[in-house]
Amino acid sequence: MRIGIPMESAPAETRVAATPKTVAQLIKLGYEVVVEQGAGTKASYPDAEYIGVGAEIVGRATAWAADVVSKINPPTDPEITAMSQGATLIALVAAPRSPELLARLADKGLTVLAMDSVPRISRAQSMDVLSSMANIGGYRAVIEAANEFGSFFTGQVTAAGKVPPARVFVSGAGVAGLAAIGTARSLGAIVHATDIRPEVAEQVESMGADFVAVTVEEQQQSTDGYAKEASADYAAAAAKMYAEQAKANDIIITTALIPGKPAPRLITEEMVASMKPGSVLVDMAAGTGGNVAGSVADKLVVTSNGVKIIGYTDLPSRLPTQASQLFGTNVVNLMKLVTPHKDGEMVLDMNDQVQRGMTVVGQGQVMWPPPPVQVSVAPAAAAVPAVVEPREKKKMSPALTWGVLGVCALALLALFWVSPSDLLGHFLVFMLAVVVGYYVIGNVNHALHTPLMSVTNAISGIIIVGSLVGLQSASVSVTVAVLSIVGILLASINIFGGFTVTQRMLAMFRRA
Amino acid sequence: MTTTLVTGAYIIAGLCFILALAGLSKHETAKRGNLFGMIGMGLALVFIILATVLKTTTDGVESSGGPSWAIIAILAAMAVGAAFGVWKALKVEMTGMPELIALFHSFVGLTAVLVGWGAYFENIDHATGLHNGELFVGVFIGAVTFTGSIIAYLKLSGKMKSKPLVIPYHNVINLAALVVIVGLAVWFVLAPALWLLVIMTIISLLLGLHLVASIGGGDMPVVVSMLNSYSGWAAAAAGFTLNNDLLIITGALVGSSGAYLSLIMCRAMNRSFFSVIAGGFGSDGAVSGEEKDYGEYRETTAPEVATMLKNAGSVVITPGYGMATSQAQGVVADLTAKLRAQGVEVRFGIHPVAGRLPGHMNVLLAEARVPYDIVLEMDEINEDFAETDVVLVIGANDTVNPAAMEDPHSPIAGMPVLEVWNANTVVVFKRSMNTGYAGVQNPLFFKDNTVMLFGDAKQRVEDIISAL
Repeated sequence: MRIGIPMESAPAETRVAATPKTVAQLIKLGYEVVVEQGAGTKASYPDAEYIGVGAEIVGRATAWAADVVSKINPPTDPEITAMSQGATLIALVAAPRSPELLARLADKGLTVLAMDSVPRISRAQSMDVLSSMANIGGYRAVIEAANEFGSFFTGQVTAAGKVPPARVFVSGAGVAGLAAIGTARSLGAIVHATDIRPEVAEQVESMGADFVAVTVEEQQQSTDGYAKEASADYAAAAAKMYAEQAKANDIIITTALIPGKPAPRLITEEMVASMKPGSVLVDMAAGTGGNVAGSVADKLVVTSNGVKIIGYTDLPSRLPTQASQLFGTNVVNLMKLVTPHKDGEMVLDMNDQVQRGMTVVGQGQVMWPPPPVQVSVAPAAAAVPAVVEPREKKKMSPALTWGVLGVCALALLALFWVSPSDLLGHFLVFMLAVVVGYYVIGNVNHALHTPLMSVTNAISGIIIVGSLVGLQSASVSVTVAVLSIVGILLASINIFGGFTVTQRMLAMFRRA
Repeated sequence: MTTTLVTGAYIIAGLCFILALAGLSKHETAKRGNLFGMIGMGLALVFIILATVLKTTTDGVESSGGPSWAIIAILAAMAVGAAFGVWKALKVEMTGMPELIALFHSFVGLTAVLVGWGAYFENIDHATGLHNGELFVGVFIGAVTFTGSIIAYLKLSGKMKSKPLVIPYHNVINLAALVVIVGLAVWFVLAPALWLLVIMTIISLLLGLHLVASIGGGDMPVVVSMLNSYSGWAAAAAGFTLNNDLLIITGALVGSSGAYLSLIMCRAMNRSFFSVIAGGFGSDGAVSGEEKDYGEYRETTAPEVATMLKNAGSVVITPGYGMATSQAQGVVADLTAKLRAQGVEVRFGIHPVAGRLPGHMNVLLAEARVPYDIVLEMDEINEDFAETDVVLVIGANDTVNPAAMEDPHSPIAGMPVLEVWNANTVVVFKRSMNTGYAGVQNPLFFKDNTVMLFGDAKQRVEDIISAL
């Protein structure tokens, strides 16, 4: 089968759906690849490099007429017309927001795999364009902010005076938010972040930012991997938190998107007005309604109090080389999935939930939305924090304890009463030694358990005394003599072996 | 020579032994402690041998002294024993320490049996009931220690399957054996006869055999320290038989310190102390090997781990028995030295029951010249995992199993474990995906921040070092 890579027609688009590297991988899967002339130029991939890996450079019509067309942005009407009947299109189509586009694609009898409808399950992560583009977007958002911000990010003490570090606030800790946190941190800023899902606090902290929680009873439990809209109580608490953060921070980056719905308004006009002049807001949701009041898609707006609001929607396109490579790799991973025999023939399996989820149009039929995929481990995870208590010991009542002790004492007393006095003397020694033994090793260092055991082993060899005593009478019988000598031999092994091995072990311990 | 002089030597020897144990509880004083032990032992030996071969005076009455050949026999027996003991001690690999200690315990047990029998024959005509009762107890404990230690030795050295032997009603059998022995003891005290002693010795030997055979390999650290305690009690019982205070003191010291050590171990494993003494613990319930979907694990390679370590600020290594079996302690120490030289903070986290003997890992690491002040125990390091970049789990399994805390139905539920999963990344060195000693699957392997490095631990660590 032949895969066509056309040039992107959107004016601001600089990316391309395949790079020389990913074309090589597609060819390895058995496909023939044609690339429109100049498709990769803006992303710094000249035609010659495509030819170098085995692709053919063709005209616009030929690229669009391929069996499979892979591009980034949704196709325009003329582009749809240029496709051949029954072909497959791989692109971002924003399926929930564009029913008419889907209808037109279906009319043409196409099959459409939407790179932005990849189910959010671990297996499909390698083809999740939203994640890979969000990662780039988050990075670029910070770079754009830094570009507009009039000061250093990192704090410095210089001969010309002390520079305080910039304070950055990131709203939404998805892939874009986390990438933004990481970038801002590595530039040296102090970063705070929030998210409607409290469980991501750990991820935020792992990137080096402090998590700012919205304190309200309700908890968001997302079951499909995306954030949801929140209740009124939560909104009030969140508004209060955002108002505080707006005053405190120099740079705010908002990444809150709700799939298929307009973006939530997080930063109101009053909050923008309360910010310091020169502050920068980056609204990564400007394309779908905006998180920030006053943001305009694709524009840099400067408010009356000197606050800059960046509403660029093409953040990934501003890093075209990197973005193309990641998008292309996502496509390669998809093609690997749908080319089970690596023979250049694409086989779609509608029983596979990843392929089913991405197929928004199948052979002329609109197939959006797919049946829901439950991916979250939320119900199981809820049970996890219940840390198991150590097994509760049955406690005896004090009365019973004392009673038992009393009976034991009386029994011992009775026993001693009838015992000969020299036994009692030995018993006293015995008791004291037991107590001493218990206390003397009370604080034994864990590392010394083994040497301690081998030294007690050696000391146990003192039982040799018992065997020696057997030889103390001149008239010793043969039986006793043999028993004694064997005993002496065995106990000697213990004594000499035990001390030697202890010495060996102790010699090894050393301090750094 | 007078008896008081001998007794005086005993008192000093007893004191030396106490100082020996006290010294052994701290690194700084450990060597001195061992020296005290040797001094005490030497002193006791010199005086008791002199008292055996010379005529001794007790309150002005002179005893006959031993036969003239005694001194030669004693020195010869001691020389043979000493040669064998020292040879064993110098030859043993540090990984083989548990076996050696178990073997040594068995010698004490056997000697106690011999001493008891000797005491019986010596006083066959004029023995009191009390004397007979004491020697009976001594032989009993000695015999149990002897066979129990032999079984522990065989299991630890791999000459016998470490799987617990499960005989139906094994608790009833143990109890019945005890009841019979008590019955025989009463009989023996009232009417001593050789056959009673023979039968009791046989039953005791079988009891020791059965007690330890029914304990699984994973519980061996506790068993070894229990047997240590038993060997002490055996010596103390012999002391009562022979009216010898030195034996009583030493036996009681060893017995109670061994029991205390076992108690520490039991707490570390969340086991009841009583069920350990009773033996055959922990193997009553069938191990739950239920099929459960834990998700997928991710594999990694040695060069990847090397990169991870190079970029890490702090690394914690948690070794287990697997490190001992693959003799990886040397290369682990090399890796540690290398990383420390590059400014990475490397520490070790040791679970109290890692290995097959209390403190086993510490001895191995010390052998490999890992400084002991970076080797921390579980309680010291558990809180630090959250700030740790990389944890290397080398041959440990049950001691790092989160199921112990998260799954109340797990066979190891409630056992304190090293909470390695709180670290940023966990690298698990493992030969395969098989379960650990407890036979429980380990959810750690399937966590998002865990990667698996399969293969022989030593080989893999060497690969990492060459990639660094």
